[in-house]
Amino acid sequence: MSDSVILTRALTKRFGSLTAVDAVDLDVRPGDIYGFLGPNGSGKTTTVRMLLGLVLATSGSVELLGEPVPRRAKRALGRVGALVEGPAAYGDLSGRANLTLADAAGPGGPRPTRKRRVDEALERVGLSEVGRRPVKAYSLGMRQRLGLAAALLRRPELLVLDEPTNGLDPQGIHEVRALLIELNAAGTTVFLSSHLLAEVEQVCGRIGVLDEGRLVLQDDVAALRAPTGNTVVSTPDADRAVSLLDGRVAARDGDRLVVRGPEPADLNALLVGEGIRVTELILERRTLEEIVLGITGPGSDRVDGRAAR
Amino acid sequence: MIMVELRKMLRRRRTWVTIALLDALPTLVAVLLATTNLGPQPGTGPAFLSAVLSNGNLFPAAALAIVLPLFLPVAVAVVAGDAVAGEAQAGTLRYLLIRPVGRTRLLVAKLVSVVAFTLIAVVVVAVTAYFVGTHLFGSAPLPTVSGGPTLSPAQATLRTGLAILYVGLSMLGVAAVALLLSTFVDSPLAATLGALAVLIASTVLLTLDAAHALNPYLPTRYWLAFVDLFRQPILWRDLVRGVALQVVYVGVLLLAAWANFTTKDVTS
Repeated sequence: MSDSVILTRALTKRFGSLTAVDAVDLDVRPGDIYGFLGPNGSGKTTTVRMLLGLVLATSGSVELLGEPVPRRAKRALGRVGALVEGPAAYGDLSGRANLTLADAAGPGGPRPTRKRRVDEALERVGLSEVGRRPVKAYSLGMRQRLGLAAALLRRPELLVLDEPTNGLDPQGIHEVRALLIELNAAGTTVFLSSHLLAEVEQVCGRIGVLDEGRLVLQDDVAALRAPTGNTVVSTPDADRAVSLLDGRVAARDGDRLVVRGPEPADLNALLVGEGIRVTELILERRTLEEIVLGITGPGSDRVDGRAAR
Repeated sequence: MIMVELRKMLRRRRTWVTIALLDALPTLVAVLLATTNLGPQPGTGPAFLSAVLSNGNLFPAAALAIVLPLFLPVAVAVVAGDAVAGEAQAGTLRYLLIRPVGRTRLLVAKLVSVVAFTLIAVVVVAVTAYFVGTHLFGSAPLPTVSGGPTLSPAQATLRTGLAILYVGLSMLGVAAVALLLSTFVDSPLAATLGALAVLIASTVLLTLDAAHALNPYLPTRYWLAFVDLFRQPILWRDLVRGVALQVVYVGVLLLAAWANFTTKDVTS
């Protein structure tokens, strides 16, 4: 038992001679919005499937909400909502009928309140007026919303979402983001697997990065994005600034200089004192994209030989 | 979960189209017989058919004999082959399992739904055939196949009921093959065709003298033994062997299906 919502120890999965997931130690804590990143083929989906007991690990252990998976997965899974590799539903039935079947299939959902749960889930994702249309007539975005509704059906303590904004328009993406933040504020832990770095950067407090089956990074976003100690200066008098700062300019891109060294306030005073005009002056922070691209190789869908390192 | 699976099966249009098609062939045969009055010679053609012209009460048994060799196994193999592989192909299998529905429970629910489909199909065929038969050919006390004393209505009903159960059990053998294959592949078509291939192989071997030693163990060997239920007295020998054979097949195949399904990686 532990306080973690998801805890894996040396989790490994081999398919024949291929090691898809290699000794991964995930640690997702209550209240996290955890971003799970990595290039295509890095083992994200296999890991998510092992967390949910769909794929059985070769070695290592998974603890989900304090219960060992797959041995006591049933006890944990009732408190988990998940969207794995795109939504799926019975195409001949309406969205409402699909959710009703899903609710009836699992344990614990009492029958008299079933309709209310289904209505609530549909409303949450903006499908409450969808009517009796069969799911096969739904657009990609509507299917995605229905999949989210199914994940939310039991008011789960943990949401495991794999590419939840796939197929949604910018408006829809914004809605889902707002929904996740709202649910998280109400106490739901969110495990978000994605390769959209911008999306993860906007909502996630912690990230784990997978590359070729190994967890190469797991940390708080705030720590990763802490100031680097450099200052970014934009000035129309870039040439004069470079000669003044002499050797402390780490990089130059037109009017934009990255300066090592002093506090921004001191740097500003120095520049202005020399009559150099400053249009912008900020602390340098690395973007999530720079961090992730710096530590991961190309995805497995790249097959021109550069993938083999 | 069993109720959920039954509801899904009964709600599907495919279920009822299949049953309607199953019903269409014996009904067509009945109409042709009634309008032309040309029955097959006794001893040729499907069982009972020669006797049907004079007695519509016998038509339910005749109808079962008509659909048994091909139509009914195809229908059962389609439904059972779809059971797990269909969910895998649609992607709904993973969502059922994380709902969570235990793998054993899901398999049992699927099995119950397949059995229910088989029984509904067989009963519907028999009941329709009863009405069509008595309507078109009139009814008379049921004669027995061996030409002995006639059966009372109560006996006739009982034996038709037994015939339905026997045919149902034979079809459960088909369902078990298809269900086992359905846990191995992610394509319902492959599971269905695989099950049918097993049946066709069995039928071919039955006609082959060289395969004589295998005969008693072939799954289709005793299928038509339900005809013996309409003899006086009932000829139990083949019926008992048929039941024993099917029970062994069903038991072993379902156990294999369970062993495979509960330990496999669901990657669909």
